[in-house]
Amino acid sequence: MQRQRRLGAASAALLAVFLALWEWGPAAVGIPPYILPPVSSVLEEFLRMTGTDRVFFHTAVTAGEVAAGFVLGAVLGMSVGYVLGMSPSTEFVLSPYILALQIAPKVAFAPLFVLWFGFTVTPKILVAILIVFFPIMVNVLGALRAVDPDLVNLARSFKASRAQIFWKIEFRASMPALFSGLRIGATLAVIGVVVGELVGGNMGLGYLLVFGEGAGNTAMVFVSIIALTLIGIVAYVAVVFAERQVLHYLPRRTYQQF
Amino acid sequence: MTMPVLEYSGVTRTFAASRRSPAVTAVEDVSLRVADGEVVSLIGPSGCGKSTLLTLGAGLDRPTGGEVFAGGEPVVEPNDHVAFMLQKDLLLPWRTVRANVELGLEIRGAPVDVRRERSDALLRQCRIADFADSYPHQLSGGMRQRAALARTLAVEPRVLLLDEPFSALDAQTKMVLQEDLARSLAEHAKTALFITHDLAEAIALSDRVLVMSRRPGRIVEELTVDLPDRDAPIARRRHPRAGAYVTHLMESLDIRHLDVEAA
Ligand SMILES: Nc1ncnc2c1ncn2[C@@H]1O[C@H](COP(=O)(O)OP(=O)(O)O)[C@@H](O)[C@H]1O
Ligand SMILES: [Mg+2]
Repeated sequence: MQRQRRLGAASAALLAVFLALWEWGPAAVGIPPYILPPVSSVLEEFLRMTGTDRVFFHTAVTAGEVAAGFVLGAVLGMSVGYVLGMSPSTEFVLSPYILALQIAPKVAFAPLFVLWFGFTVTPKILVAILIVFFPIMVNVLGALRAVDPDLVNLARSFKASRAQIFWKIEFRASMPALFSGLRIGATLAVIGVVVGELVGGNMGLGYLLVFGEGAGNTAMVFVSIIALTLIGIVAYVAVVFAERQVLHYLPRRTYQQF
Repeated sequence: MTMPVLEYSGVTRTFAASRRSPAVTAVEDVSLRVADGEVVSLIGPSGCGKSTLLTLGAGLDRPTGGEVFAGGEPVVEPNDHVAFMLQKDLLLPWRTVRANVELGLEIRGAPVDVRRERSDALLRQCRIADFADSYPHQLSGGMRQRAALARTLAVEPRVLLLDEPFSALDAQTKMVLQEDLARSLAEHAKTALFITHDLAEAIALSDRVLVMSRRPGRIVEELTVDLPDRDAPIARRRHPRAGAYVTHLMESLDIRHLDVEAA
């Protein structure tokens, strides 16, 4: 407890130092504010944007797209991962295509999706789905392959059906790997959505980024980056929270806190 | 001999060649019978096919030759007569000890109250009642094997197939668990095929010991353990004639090693 409080204090002190450096550091070494605006002008810009530029609206749009892309990508990644894991022959047939898709840079599909679906939320969500899908599918697939065959044999010896083996053994055994996939997916979803917004549209934080850049408003760019980071943090913490509920049975020391 | 509850009749298991390894005949023409209530140990050099025999007995694999019978019926798939326990406890980390003990009953669709009653009794019998609501990682190796034994007994098999269940435990824990196992087996008149590489353990726990040759494994010797106290291994170990049995097994295993190496 004592130790934890000291570490918390150290963390807070570090934040103070960081903010102070950001506020006065650039001017001290002669970096002009349009390159690196001090934290106070970023804060000022944020307050201005809450009025005229509807920063909360854009944040909500991006957050909604991130949530949709993450959930749909995760569901898809899990479904395909579990189906392929259960059916090695399907996996064999599909693996070259999956590999190709996995290597392809997913964000490069953004312009294509914008061409197809216009300046709507759809292309942003699609990029997020595509980018979230793979780490989750790969983790699930890997976890199913790694299930101890003796555990499966144990269930078989009790005359378990295929479905029982899946739900009572394989699915549960894949949980830790699934959650590492979800952690990665939560941060990737933000990337996918932002790239989609950068490519086209007039909504979302990605749009504000481009807008701020065009207007030479560096502070606005910073505000957008910070808002995006906050969305990412919320998504990540949500996954970690769910993980703690589900994986409560794991010994503490093997558990990755963040 | 009464009618065997477990019988291997001319069993051969050859594993087909794969890209990485040639075909392997793990066991060849093995015939053995275990009578109702009898405990038979199987010893032999590692890789001689002991675990293969166990897998065949549990119906998890099929022999390439011969047949296995349990409870008078041919074993072609997992069945109610047989349950197995390995060196690995195979406890599911996400289940409490109680839920682990109930796994087999749950899979077989036993009603909740039956499961509960059975697990209560077994947790007590295996002396892990205090840990019923703990998770496996909170238990010591010995406790975990107790839980595994309780899970195995929970489905009330006539035959237990035990594959070196205590070989990962320290010497003291091992003796305590042997004592408990022997008492359980005797109390419920269970039939067991017990694989071990611990010769003293084989003598302490069983009515008969079968010695296998190097791969392809065959049964080359049968030793009837004519000692009292099969339900109390610690007492049996102290018996004046116990040492001679162990020495005999040691010799019969060693001689065979020399034979193979000379050939
Ligand atoms: N599924 C399998 N596929 C191929 N070879 C196997 C398989 N299972 C066992 N073997 C081989 O059969 C032999 C006997 O194995 P095992 O029964 O585990 O021996 P033991 O339990 O006596 O140490 C070993 O050489 C092993 O490599
Ligand atoms: Mg073995």
